[in-house]
Amino acid sequence: MTVSIIKYNAGNIRSVDFALRRMGVIAEITDDPTVIRASDKVIFPGVGEAASTMKYLQERSMDQLLKGLSQPVLGICLGQQLMCDWSEERDTNCIGIFNQTVKKFPPLDNVPHMGWNQLENLTGDLFKGIDSGEYVYFVHSYYVPVGKDTAAESNYILNFSASMQKDNFFATQFHPEKSGDTGLRILKNFIAL
Amino acid sequence: MLAKRIIPCLDIRNGKTVKGINFLDIQEVGDPVELGAKYASDGADELVYLDITATHEKRKLFSDLVTRIAANLNIPFSVGGGINELKDADILLSAGADKVSINSSAVRNPNLIDNISGSFGNQFVIVAIDAKLEKDGWRVYINGGRIPVEKELFSWAKEAENRGAGEILFTSMNHDGTKNGFAVEALRKLSEILSIPVIASGGAGKEEHFVDVFNNGKADAALAASIFHYNEIPIPRLKKYLIENNINVR
Repeated sequence: MTVSIIKYNAGNIRSVDFALRRMGVIAEITDDPTVIRASDKVIFPGVGEAASTMKYLQERSMDQLLKGLSQPVLGICLGQQLMCDWSEERDTNCIGIFNQTVKKFPPLDNVPHMGWNQLENLTGDLFKGIDSGEYVYFVHSYYVPVGKDTAAESNYILNFSASMQKDNFFATQFHPEKSGDTGLRILKNFIAL
Repeated sequence: MLAKRIIPCLDIRNGKTVKGINFLDIQEVGDPVELGAKYASDGADELVYLDITATHEKRKLFSDLVTRIAANLNIPFSVGGGINELKDADILLSAGADKVSINSSAVRNPNLIDNISGSFGNQFVIVAIDAKLEKDGWRVYINGGRIPVEKELFSWAKEAENRGAGEILFTSMNHDGTKNGFAVEALRKLSEILSIPVIASGGAGKEEHFVDVFNNGKADAALAASIFHYNEIPIPRLKKYLIENNINVR
């Protein structure tokens, strides 16, 4: 089993690596297209701002690389948002795996949505053994609306996509690497795909 | 529904967790990584580590500790103490911290808030404020509560938000160490004027203080140290009590 974590200017790469190590998986943190294409699983982490991150990825053709992968890919947080078509965050064209647009939370409560919130309407292999109502850790100001690729929902101000799946592409808006035992099970489910 | 957060705070000196009452009588209470992992398995939602080591040469020790914490902890944690410039925050981010908390350095140089949040996002910056209720209102103090400054709690908190703070951690010096409850009125006012989360600190002594701070203080999170370190209120018991009182916790 080989796992690549895409190396780029994201804030949580180290946390994802540590979480995998806690479950006995040693991943390679890499931006080498050959290594990424050859690995069994690919994790696309993400903390940061959409426009500058997309620019970074495009300059290195990593957006096309990601879109063309056929093994299981897991996008986390900003990773999920960048896998959509477009983001309201500085009017940014994204990778376009999920046919969705990313919107900013309306200012009806504190933004960012920060803290532990519940998962509902769970579907797919990522959530095997996870019960509706379990808590995971979120930090985000932008969200993906609920749509046909939504694999789990959560509610803050409105219902949004806590997780998405389309073919071999998986994504979570929350941080499984920071979500205690529930997050660990979700990461294990991904590695076991 | 978004849960209210319970946050144990660990003061670190020379790599050990310590607890002092009003900054005096400092005692060691254990290894920061082990204690943090225990709190995480007990149900803590997040941890705060404050480095109270003053000297520059010990800073490296702290960033190494941050990496050990990140490697072992499966919940978010913030770190504070000695963050005076962007580079200090960058080192702690690289070491594995999820957030930094800045206090005196933000008062002395408010641009630090803009700089850190501009580089690493608002979610990465907690502005911690120590304040004391005096005749003319809530006065802000720096240097661990030793030096009063010409700032007032509410206007400073709002300025911090406008500059890019992701959260405000407010410690009432009138309540800290008393175990008589949180500064509920000031907290409620903070929550009303701010559109970022407020973490309440100072005064936790009983389970009902937490119900009060969430229901009446409108806090998003509550922080405490000694009641957890000395196991006066174990976190599982506190969470059970909060659920029984219809507070939404994890």
